[in-house]
Amino acid sequence: MKKFIKLDALVVPLDRSNVDTDAIIPKQFLKSIKRSGFGPNAFDEWRYLDHGEPDMDNSKRPLNPNFVLNQARYQGAQILLARENFGCGSSREHAPWALEDYGFRAIIAPSFADIFFNNCFKNGLLPIKLDAEKVDALFRAVEAHEGYRLAIDLEKQAITTPDGQVYPFAIDAFRKHCLLNGLDDIGLTLQHVDEIAAFEKRHLAAQPWL
Amino acid sequence: MGEQTLYDKLWNSHLVRQDEDGTALIYIDRQLVHEVTSPQAFEGLRLAGRRPWRTASMLAVPDHNVPTTHRSAGIADPISRIQVETLDANCVEFGVTEFKMNDIRQGIVHVIGPEQGATLPGMTVVCGDSHTSTHGAFAALAHGIGTSEVEHVMATQCLVAKKSRAMEVRIEGELAHGVTAKDIALAVIGKIGTAGGTGYAIEFTGSAVRALSMEARMTLCNMAIEAGARAGMVAADETTFAYLKGRPFAPQGEMWDRAVEQWRNLKSDQGAVFDAVVVLDAASIRPQVTWGTSPEMVVAIDGFVPDPALMSADKREGVERALAYMGLKANTPITEIAIDKVFIGSCTNARIEDMRAAAAVARGKKIAPNVKQALVVPGSGLVKRQAEQEGLDRIFMDAGFEWRDPGCSMCLAMNDDKLSAGERCASTSNRNFEGRQGQGGRTHLVSPEMAAAAAIAGHFVDVSKL
Ligand code: SF4
Repeated sequence: MKKFIKLDALVVPLDRSNVDTDAIIPKQFLKSIKRSGFGPNAFDEWRYLDHGEPDMDNSKRPLNPNFVLNQARYQGAQILLARENFGCGSSREHAPWALEDYGFRAIIAPSFADIFFNNCFKNGLLPIKLDAEKVDALFRAVEAHEGYRLAIDLEKQAITTPDGQVYPFAIDAFRKHCLLNGLDDIGLTLQHVDEIAAFEKRHLAAQPWL
Repeated sequence: MGEQTLYDKLWNSHLVRQDEDGTALIYIDRQLVHEVTSPQAFEGLRLAGRRPWRTASMLAVPDHNVPTTHRSAGIADPISRIQVETLDANCVEFGVTEFKMNDIRQGIVHVIGPEQGATLPGMTVVCGDSHTSTHGAFAALAHGIGTSEVEHVMATQCLVAKKSRAMEVRIEGELAHGVTAKDIALAVIGKIGTAGGTGYAIEFTGSAVRALSMEARMTLCNMAIEAGARAGMVAADETTFAYLKGRPFAPQGEMWDRAVEQWRNLKSDQGAVFDAVVVLDAASIRPQVTWGTSPEMVVAIDGFVPDPALMSADKREGVERALAYMGLKANTPITEIAIDKVFIGSCTNARIEDMRAAAAVARGKKIAPNVKQALVVPGSGLVKRQAEQEGLDRIFMDAGFEWRDPGCSMCLAMNDDKLSAGERCASTSNRNFEGRQGQGGRTHLVSPEMAAAAAIAGHFVDVSKL
């Protein structure tokens, strides 16, 4: 997994609440048996004017000029600013894969759906919860200033705006540790192999039908 | 230790270890696997040279991509075919039990788990699929996980988790005629919103829930995720045990008796405290129909499409966008919304009782001329066979419905079953997101009875008055 330590990047505002995983990556792209390559199809139905299918050459497709990701001023953005309940819907990890493959490293929103939130951490993508008013203020700032960037420091758990305002954010210690070090969960869990085996022995003895 | 909720009991009995910050390792008893969210997990195992920790805990089935017609001819779409073949090959390589596409036991993963008795009370159940909450109907702790977690559970038999808060959703009283578990679920979501359960595990309680059949409880728990809760659950009781007894994966003989004795404890203790409580009066719930692009955009059948002009500014824009997408005008009576297609199926409503309920409405009738297609897609091969033994397939076909092979089908339209742009569908599935049933398609979520009645009338009708 990619490490996440610090990020200073352009921000793109996606001003919709309840953005669901079907919108982030439509189901026709879930047929891939790989983990990568979903970026060109992130937000496919909003991003392109035609209907996308997995075998298409995306570079030749007509872009929807009204969709925020297509606007010139937001090209290269690595921070996605979003509204409530971002990532609701399915458990598909293709959603964070698509966002990560597109180039996002962090998402800032007032709230996230649980499974999506979890999945982000497994992919080096940092989801940050901020109060709705703060998110609102950021939306206004991004829209008002072309080239608006934010600096995210995971170690310090802080977002710094171009005018020097600092927004602290919370993150649980284990997840922070894994992101900072790019650690693979499985390897970490397997450090507890003996504990798991002992638990399993007791558990299966008490419920032999399992 | 004081009084515990059912969720506390399930959590505590699977806790392998817990760090100071609350990060825990939870032991997983059952992992269900399907073709869409597993290939990258198996690939991860292979790359790391790992083997599954306990293959006996796994059960695999292809469901999302499988065709629902001419199945013996195989899968025409090459990309779907590769995904299903990849699952087959992975199951052989890693020694995982799989019900292949042409096995009579094949079906939607959340239908076949319970049907086989592979979901048992007291278990932790995971699957790379958000509707895994369905299995909580058996007093199990069941929730969806992402593909990295699928790989993690395969490799370690554990999940890294933090305990959620517990929410009680209590539904007391008696449901009116024509009102089903689906309507309860939609009414709950209408009340608390699609994020209302975020961070919670929901336990459904109350006399109305106790009175539900096992299949209806599954419908209810299935939709917990649409309320934002990863897990929904119902305490175990005689209904649970009667449903499971004799199923292939359930314990037999003396082992069964021992199991039932333990399972009787799988309920919240008297006086256990929940972090949040929501109460609904069963008698006041009417058949529900969604009008928008989120399951919380729902209203009773005798209601109207809402008027964004009457809403606060923060809500208005979302509602306007939903109405534009759905092609609906404010203040239209729900019963005047005409439909183009009908889909009866999905892990929410494709069990035998759903088939029976829909057939009872369709019996001796014909679908309306404006309905271009009405699909009935049973949840598993065994549901299909049972329905055919009862003659339900004839009732549907005589009425003009198509009787299909089991799978997810038009719930998410990954196979050939989909809506065209602008088409309006009465659907028994669980999500009405934009494009869910086909790009530009318009989905109204309803119960099987309501879907069948809409097929016959050509528009929504109040089944409680039939
Ligand atoms: S029926 Fe629909 S919701 Fe259920 S598992 Fe299949 S695609 Fe998912």
